[in-house]
Amino acid sequence: MPEVAVTDARGTDAERNAVADAIAIQSPGLITFDAIGPALTFDGDRIARSGAERIFNRRHLLLPVLHAVRDAVGYISEGGANEIAEALQVPPAEVFGVASFYELFTFEQPEAADVVHVCDDTACRIQGANGLIDELRADGVVVHGSPCLGLCEQAPAAFVQRTGQQHVSVRTATKPAVDAALAGQVTVPIAPVPQPSDALTLLARVHDAAAVDYEGYVSTGGYEALANAVTMTPAEVIEQIGDSGLTGRGGAAFPTGFKWSAVAGEDGPRHLVVNADESEPGTFKDRVIMEHDPYSLIEAMTIAGYAMGAEQGWIYIRGEYPEATRSLKSAIAEARSKAMLGDDVGGYSSQGNGFRFDIELRMGAGAYICGEETALLNSIEGYRGEPRNKPPFPTTNGLFGRPTAINNVETMVNVNQIMLLGGEGFAQRGAGRSTGTKLFCLSGHVRVPGVYEVTYGATLREVIDLAGGPVGDLRAILMGGAAGSFIGADMLDVPLTIEASREHGFSLGSGVIMLLNDSVDFDDFVARIAQFFRDESCGQCVPCRVGTVRQSESLLRIREKGAAVETERVLLDDFAKVMADASICGLGHTASGAILSAFDLGLIGASS
Amino acid sequence: MFGAGGGTVSYEEIETTDLIIMWGSNAREAHPIFFHHALAGIRNGAKMISVDPRRSQTAKFADLWLGLNVGTDIALANGVGRYILDHDLQNDDFIAHSTQGIDAYRDSLEEWTLARTAEVTGLPEYAIAELAEAYATAESAQICWTLGITEHHTGAENVMALCNLALLTGHVGRYGSGLVPVRGQNNVQGGGDMGALPNKLTGFQDIEDDEIRAKFEAAWECTIPAKPGKHLTLMFEAMETGELTTIFCIGENPADSEADINHARKLLEGLDMLVVQDIFLTRTAELADVVLPASAGWAETEGTVTNSERRVQRSRKALDPPGEAKDDLEIINLIAERMAPGWGNPTAEEMWDELRTVSPMHGGMSWERLEEHGGLQWPCPTLDHPGTLFLHGWLWADDLEGREPAPFTVNVWRPHVDLIDEDFPLLMTTGRVLDSYNTGVQSDGYNSPIRSGEALDMNPDDAAVLGVSTGSRVEVSSRRATIDMTIRVQPDLPVGLTFTTYHFPDTTDTNQLTIEAWDKKSGTAEFKATAINVRPKVEASNNA
Amino acid sequence: MTATSRPSAERPISPVGERQVAIRTKVTVSIDGTDVSVLEGQTVLDACTAAGVDTPTICYGPTVTPVNACRVCVVEVEGSRTLVPSCSRPAEEGMVVTTDSDKVMHSRKMVLEFLGTSSDVSQADDIMGWIDDYDADLGRYDEATTQRMTDEVKIEDDLYIRAYDRCVLCYKCVEACGEDAQWTFAIAMSGRGFDSRISTEFGVTLPDSACVYCGNCVAVCPTNALQFKTEFDLRKMADWRPEDQTITQTVCSYCGVGCNLDLHVQDNAIVKVTSPSDHSITHGNLCVKGRFGYQYVQNRPSA
Repeated sequence: MPEVAVTDARGTDAERNAVADAIAIQSPGLITFDAIGPALTFDGDRIARSGAERIFNRRHLLLPVLHAVRDAVGYISEGGANEIAEALQVPPAEVFGVASFYELFTFEQPEAADVVHVCDDTACRIQGANGLIDELRADGVVVHGSPCLGLCEQAPAAFVQRTGQQHVSVRTATKPAVDAALAGQVTVPIAPVPQPSDALTLLARVHDAAAVDYEGYVSTGGYEALANAVTMTPAEVIEQIGDSGLTGRGGAAFPTGFKWSAVAGEDGPRHLVVNADESEPGTFKDRVIMEHDPYSLIEAMTIAGYAMGAEQGWIYIRGEYPEATRSLKSAIAEARSKAMLGDDVGGYSSQGNGFRFDIELRMGAGAYICGEETALLNSIEGYRGEPRNKPPFPTTNGLFGRPTAINNVETMVNVNQIMLLGGEGFAQRGAGRSTGTKLFCLSGHVRVPGVYEVTYGATLREVIDLAGGPVGDLRAILMGGAAGSFIGADMLDVPLTIEASREHGFSLGSGVIMLLNDSVDFDDFVARIAQFFRDESCGQCVPCRVGTVRQSESLLRIREKGAAVETERVLLDDFAKVMADASICGLGHTASGAILSAFDLGLIGASS
Repeated sequence: MFGAGGGTVSYEEIETTDLIIMWGSNAREAHPIFFHHALAGIRNGAKMISVDPRRSQTAKFADLWLGLNVGTDIALANGVGRYILDHDLQNDDFIAHSTQGIDAYRDSLEEWTLARTAEVTGLPEYAIAELAEAYATAESAQICWTLGITEHHTGAENVMALCNLALLTGHVGRYGSGLVPVRGQNNVQGGGDMGALPNKLTGFQDIEDDEIRAKFEAAWECTIPAKPGKHLTLMFEAMETGELTTIFCIGENPADSEADINHARKLLEGLDMLVVQDIFLTRTAELADVVLPASAGWAETEGTVTNSERRVQRSRKALDPPGEAKDDLEIINLIAERMAPGWGNPTAEEMWDELRTVSPMHGGMSWERLEEHGGLQWPCPTLDHPGTLFLHGWLWADDLEGREPAPFTVNVWRPHVDLIDEDFPLLMTTGRVLDSYNTGVQSDGYNSPIRSGEALDMNPDDAAVLGVSTGSRVEVSSRRATIDMTIRVQPDLPVGLTFTTYHFPDTTDTNQLTIEAWDKKSGTAEFKATAINVRPKVEASNNA
Repeated sequence: MTATSRPSAERPISPVGERQVAIRTKVTVSIDGTDVSVLEGQTVLDACTAAGVDTPTICYGPTVTPVNACRVCVVEVEGSRTLVPSCSRPAEEGMVVTTDSDKVMHSRKMVLEFLGTSSDVSQADDIMGWIDDYDADLGRYDEATTQRMTDEVKIEDDLYIRAYDRCVLCYKCVEACGEDAQWTFAIAMSGRGFDSRISTEFGVTLPDSACVYCGNCVAVCPTNALQFKTEFDLRKMADWRPEDQTITQTVCSYCGVGCNLDLHVQDNAIVKVTSPSDHSITHGNLCVKGRFGYQYVQNRPSA
């Protein structure tokens, strides 16, 4: 690499220190990285070391360092970016290119040290988000409208991005609640899981406040799954996962055992990545697990690491989840101090089946696309979160080009159950391809919003009844989030399985069940979904970069200019087809699903 | 090197090599497209080590930069050689089979312990060891150099010292490994190929070889002097003694480019007759009795040029030359016609075809084939020969193809001539920058947005001692002259070393400062080491 | 257990940089029902070309790593749910490829409509031709509500200009400035989605950036968004006449590397310098001197 040439702008001491500190605090979780040293280093004025290997080896620090500078001074200044460029030897144009990809980084001195992001997306939009925004702005608070913050059960929600202080989320946000957060008040979240513990499996610990500590976790059966796992060979563990029928809970429903055995079959080193970038509008289940039962994720990852021979685990959590981040950070450190992470996990080497595994936690910075698994990998590596073309797939060419298994948080915690029950035992619940339990995120016009855990096969009506039924006259249900589709009340008796939902033309996706009654302005609601995709498209491929814009324009023409629904529908069908057929990734493939389904249900143009 | 003068490798080989040593080469700026091939090598996993007194733009790509003292290349090469032998890292089979003179070479390294090498080069011992280990243990490795090696009074010996390292490790004559001198001018290789060397006829054939001379005499129907002629530096000496009184200077600007320029200009002015054939009225042309306006060889005439990988390529006429300017070839033909009526006006292709009959290495290069293959690499003796990717493959042949084993050479380090002392406490070295070229005759023609003009680059510590900063005007004196320059503070230079170019002779006549010490084999002057004294100009600093 | 090796050491910086050393076998692919054989490692696009099928490409170039951004080269491959970018998908034995299905035609037409309605492609001759060929209908988009790229042209020096209203974000210039050739990294993609732009850091001018004016970005630009100043000026005077230009290949007059230059000459003056992308020395790339340092042969006394 060339030594970076930067403009004359210099960082302030605060920025320089933030960069230095962020680089110096080499996470102990990064065990598979040799201590190769800085990207550029001198010995006197006669010896310098740099070069491609050192620079690539440090590039993954770019996102953490950007966070550090933003959090120290509130934005990324030209001088601050130059400090980053020099420290990591990443060209300044690329520092800017990467930073400007993410919503949470800005480049001008903000009007206020703390920025309030108020969700005006789906669930919050129908719960008064816009009113809250107006109220806060009237009072001089700097407010940014935000896509879904994953707090839909406590809408409207806000995320307070502070400078020099820890970020906080505000649930059931009101002006006084936001003011309190700006004043530094941090509230301990309560698990939004209305079912009692004995009705829960994956979420069995969330009501037990002690479970967020190591001792509490162990005393409630924690690490028994790992103990069971290490009595088996890694291959046997993967076999159990295969027998369980476990499929990915992030939306694609890919068989987990198949993925793991593919990764295990490749030459090492291998990586395990947990996708905790939970950004699908209407989804908040992973957040609940991470906030209230962080060790279950750590334990499941440890089992996965053992099974696949992956020594390095990564959790990529969305930047708008400050409480879940703190919960995980503390649990990972504690697990490490108890030797449940590290060079000899659990001291199992004394039993002859020792292994090495550790976890590095990385934060996103406001980009829905980073939930796409290959975009996520690029983001960790310090590049723009643009999806990769596939093939090759991550199982062979994943993080840093190495074989990588990527699993969603919910998928991962199922692994503990499989180790406790055995693969076949796990498969007893549910049927067909849909085994075990599924977490559903109920929000919108429902009496008791929250996360519900049910065995695959319960009907939609049964799940909604668990949540106390709809509020008002149910008009439509958004299933699977913005990337899913609207369905009508005629689908209430469809059993919630992968197979049955597919048969009826919708997808369970990430488990979103958002109820919408007849008070909803669907032209506005659907236009917001179109706006969401337009905002969140990474811009890499033409079908999605332009298609999401044209789609959004079309819906605005209907809503604001009274354009004829029939005419626009012709265009929208054409947009949808090219996005679905020719986009690089799932964002483009699914960007039209909900919108077209709204037309099909007659939700659009009805109010005009 | 051991035979004809040319790079042993092809550009493509550096893309697959394991170790690239840029030794006295700032190819990133001076040979950007060659450096692209090196970058492809880095992309494919090659390591790069840079040996250069400056942390140049090239050094900034390196895994390791060694900033040795100016003019200590032989010391470093000898130290590396000794380290390799001391640690038994040499390629014994290759040495036994393909080389001769190892014992004398080994003996000559006696002095060059790590400690002594470190003392002379200014480098830490571990870095010297690391360089030696990396080179000796690499599967394939290339040493690339340019004027950082040759523009010294020991230039030829510097090259030989590097060749020794390749012989010691077997890093020559195999695909991917080799010795790579990258040429500074577009046809400096071709000029040598054509016999524009004092001791060679066309195709690097020795002028003192009677058989060879007889071949040329038969073909050319004339007598060829049996003794080598003079290279440029000897010509200036001959002007000084009055032995040389007339010069026909074609496409060269010695009145700007020679070291100790004031002296050189005086000698040119003192000639009885100076004829200059050039496309510009250069400073040399201004001194001339007769100026023959020529055309730009690369865009206004037909011909061939040879590049640093020995590839002969066609250059073609795209423009009509201005005014009365004529093709160089036509000018020479016209002069020849006056000297020997009936000479005619042969075309470039006709001349080339004649050359192919006397220069075996060009024999297979018809214009048609040059066209078809995008150029051919010599040697290419016959029309069915594909050209030669790399030289010296014979070193690895069982019978050495009947040749003598390659000789190790003994090279004694001598410090540069213009030493620093109390009166001239700083060293000045010269080089090129990306967007300019030599004396600027060509590169001044376009408006480069990145051109910042001539400056004296200086380490921040030295600048602080002198109380100067970027933009300060200073008086720079050497033992020969004093000129005004502008300071640019540059952390890429070690303390005590300054750097400048001679791209802008009209505003900053750098070569008034440089020394005329020259290498007796190559005739190249020691542009790389001049002792100077820098004094801030008083009046400039007060006006701010 | 031992520590695993560094990721970067394991990671080829880019797979296309790897030299093909293994002897390559041939694979047979069906293109619209015709079997063609190509070397293993060649792409579906190569197979299409071998079968005599013309395939439009924009972000593909022989000297840059395909980013698969434009999606105009997509084809249908049996067994693949979505369309496949032919420019980067390796051909596999037995692959069944369709290049003229409704699905392919629709996607290409829509990509061209999307590009034609968002950027000024009027100087992109290939794209203009394909817009006709694929019946892309730019007229059906309501002008008032259809967002376009409206950036003003950046003229910062005498060598080349940047007209990002013509940019189709194909990434080729970024690749050429980066690891595919130049390793200068003066420009990168910035922003996101429709607001993405090729940019220097914080949008600083090129002379303030790391740019070294090799012009290798200009050479790969498919839409004239990057344009030599000579061409830009002549176009402004309505005097850019490609039909009156000659292109002569010669060798650069500067250093000893021997780069091939294609001199584009109009009225006995050089108006543009390019390099053949298939030549082993340059692969189409030049440095500032080779690309722009020709002026000294043009300083002619006016007749």
